[in-house]
Amino acid sequence: MAKKYELNEVEVWDGNMAAAQALRQAQVDVVAAYPITPSTPIVQNYSQFLADGYVDGDFIMVESEHSAMSGCVAASAAGARAATATSSQGFALMVEVLYQASGMRLPIVLTVVNRALAAPLNVNGDHSDMYLGRDAGWINLCSYNPQEAYDLTLMAFKIGEDLDVRLPVMVHQDGFLCSHTAQNVRPLQDEVATEFVGEYKPVNSMLDVSNPVTHGVQTEEDWHFEHKARQHNDLMNSKKVIKRVFEEFKDLTGREYDFVYKYKMDDADIAIFALGTTVESAQVAADKMREEGIKAGVVSLRVLRPFPFEEVQDAFSNIKAVAVMDRSAPGGTFGALFNEISAAMLAAGKSPIILNYIYGLGGRDTTIEHLVDIYRQLDECAKAGERKYPLQQFIGLRGPKLSFY
Amino acid sequence: MTKKIKNLKEFSLSNDRYEGANLMCPGCSHNIIVREVLNATNDPVIVATATGCLEVCTAVYPKTSWDVSWIHIGFENAAVAIATAQAAYEVLKRKGRLPEATKKMIEEGREPKFVAFAGDGGTYDIGFQSLSGAFERGHNFMYVCLDNEVYANTGGQRSSSTPIGASTTTSPAGTVSYGEKMMKKSMVEIMSDHGAPYVAQVSPSKWKDLVKKVQKGFEVNGPVYINAQSACTTEWKHAPEDTIEVSDLGVESCVWPLYEIINERDEHGIIYNTKLNITYRPKNKIPVEEYLAAQPRFKHLFKPENRHIIELWQKAVDAKWEHLQRREEAGV
Ligand SMILES: Cc1ncc(C[n+]2csc(CCOP(=O)(O)OP(=O)(O)O)c2C)c(N)n1
Ligand code: SF4
Ligand SMILES: [Mg+2]
Repeated sequence: MAKKYELNEVEVWDGNMAAAQALRQAQVDVVAAYPITPSTPIVQNYSQFLADGYVDGDFIMVESEHSAMSGCVAASAAGARAATATSSQGFALMVEVLYQASGMRLPIVLTVVNRALAAPLNVNGDHSDMYLGRDAGWINLCSYNPQEAYDLTLMAFKIGEDLDVRLPVMVHQDGFLCSHTAQNVRPLQDEVATEFVGEYKPVNSMLDVSNPVTHGVQTEEDWHFEHKARQHNDLMNSKKVIKRVFEEFKDLTGREYDFVYKYKMDDADIAIFALGTTVESAQVAADKMREEGIKAGVVSLRVLRPFPFEEVQDAFSNIKAVAVMDRSAPGGTFGALFNEISAAMLAAGKSPIILNYIYGLGGRDTTIEHLVDIYRQLDECAKAGERKYPLQQFIGLRGPKLSFY
Repeated sequence: MTKKIKNLKEFSLSNDRYEGANLMCPGCSHNIIVREVLNATNDPVIVATATGCLEVCTAVYPKTSWDVSWIHIGFENAAVAIATAQAAYEVLKRKGRLPEATKKMIEEGREPKFVAFAGDGGTYDIGFQSLSGAFERGHNFMYVCLDNEVYANTGGQRSSSTPIGASTTTSPAGTVSYGEKMMKKSMVEIMSDHGAPYVAQVSPSKWKDLVKKVQKGFEVNGPVYINAQSACTTEWKHAPEDTIEVSDLGVESCVWPLYEIINERDEHGIIYNTKLNITYRPKNKIPVEEYLAAQPRFKHLFKPENRHIIELWQKAVDAKWEHLQRREEAGV
């Protein structure tokens, strides 16, 4: 039995400690991991928990992230609760196995501390790794601060392991801005957290000698499509379970989560849409605008996959202009979130003016002033009733301005 | 529990965990090796398989050839897959969360065995990192390389196991080339140098030797590597009915010597003795040429301009055989 960890009602944890504590409380059977900045402390904290007797599962320090995720897949197929953490290049090395994990319907939890992708090599935060994995068939939850990283990591197990879901779950947090910034966190006591997550009930365990199972088959044109369609169907429908788990968590803690996060949107004319720590900065900028009488709001996602299509439509139904912020190099097109939100609003039949801003790559600071400038552009568009600025702009870039269309 | 095996007839009928009527080519050695390994024990077996001929031919949904639990993840991760499944087993056993039937087996003294099968591509090349890592960490499993010296599944490209002079689709013989330029990588020694308690080289044609080694491997604690010669009728280009004969030629010419390396370790895992045993000594060591002549992948070596490669082959085989004998004598 693992020792109980004495926790105060309020702890001062950074995002990495928060995620590591959630993994510990979930009593993961097998963590197979490999260190990479900025998620390394998750692995180190977990090692220390193990060294001090707070973990009774196994912790396997493998030789690469590819093996870390492969190990999670095999452990999960063997009927164990499995989890790991990574960032950036490590995430990229895992990508092949991310698809295998979801295709094999294994409820692994991966905490991703978001960081830029090389080249050029860069250890700072952006969302390139998150975007790289967005089509991998995983549920994707997004946190902005250590408390949320903790809460969502606990909920991730409950969501992914639900028998109607059976899918792996990623929990994202921003590199450094969340992972290395200590803040107040209200943890659950060990027994409360462990009971909330519940005991892992494996499906088709490889270790049941009375019922041999074949995991990871070949399917060609006769069956592959049906498998992938079923997987997509269950990912889309996982919203029901996500909603239920959010509600259960609220009942337990009073902390409320929803698919879409909204700040001062009830009467807003213009809005910034962003993910991660920028959401909190955007709220400060929105308040500034409101001091000038400009009705500004902020929208974000808690759940990137399944994409909350209707909730997004709803959030923007009465808005005149929206800035969609993408923190990943778009690689020859618009930012992915811009495309998805534009599609949702096109289908809604009534779209605000939508502008795309590329920002914060490789940890470039995005200031309140940047966000205020964006609001001013939106305000101008909203008042004119037409787009006054290029569709895509890079903000915070040194040198000449860069924009397209 | 070590299983007693009397003769081939009894052996071939002894259990039914693997359906041989699958999509493999007739005469494929992979099938023979898998049956021999699984038949070597009556204990439950959990299997991981790397992408390759074995995987694509035995688990095509909705069918499976496996009546043991089996997992395939990818091409390069069979070692970490089986090692971590074994680690999960230890955790769930400790936590009392194994399925009831499995707990009962353990009470009867029948602990499950964890075995990975992978091709030479999945072992010598792309899976080497995962294999090396799993051996270094010392997990308790057996890794069997089905060594047909080529990427058979994808149409016969060279691997680092492909021997010099073989014509493959990416090292073809041509008017100015005799085929593969590199010597084969010494995988058995490399794996032994990881400190593994037991490594061995086997041939399916010498089935008693193979079974004995597999049984020894199941008894030791720690990672075990078995390098299995796997004649491939499609890529070695011999007739399907000649598989065992070609395998025998490899063994009798000492191209494929049968031996084992044992790292004896104390209770702390410190190796205090390494010994190499040659487990089969041909009465009359036949010329390598006879082995090469039986396989059209080496056909071009018999042209006058390429004969020097056959001489090189003989030299390399003699040197290795000599080296093995010296190691055996010296007990190192
Ligand atoms: C990452 C990755 N790279 C390449 C492949 C393509 N591929 C599949 S099997 C294979 C060759 C298998 O060769 P080997 O391991 O020797 O097994 P054999 O088929 O010869 O038994 C290759 C190249 C793959 N599936 N995955
Ligand atoms: S190509 Fe070779 S290894 Fe593959 S199934 Fe055929 S004989 Fe066996
Ligand atoms: Mg091969």
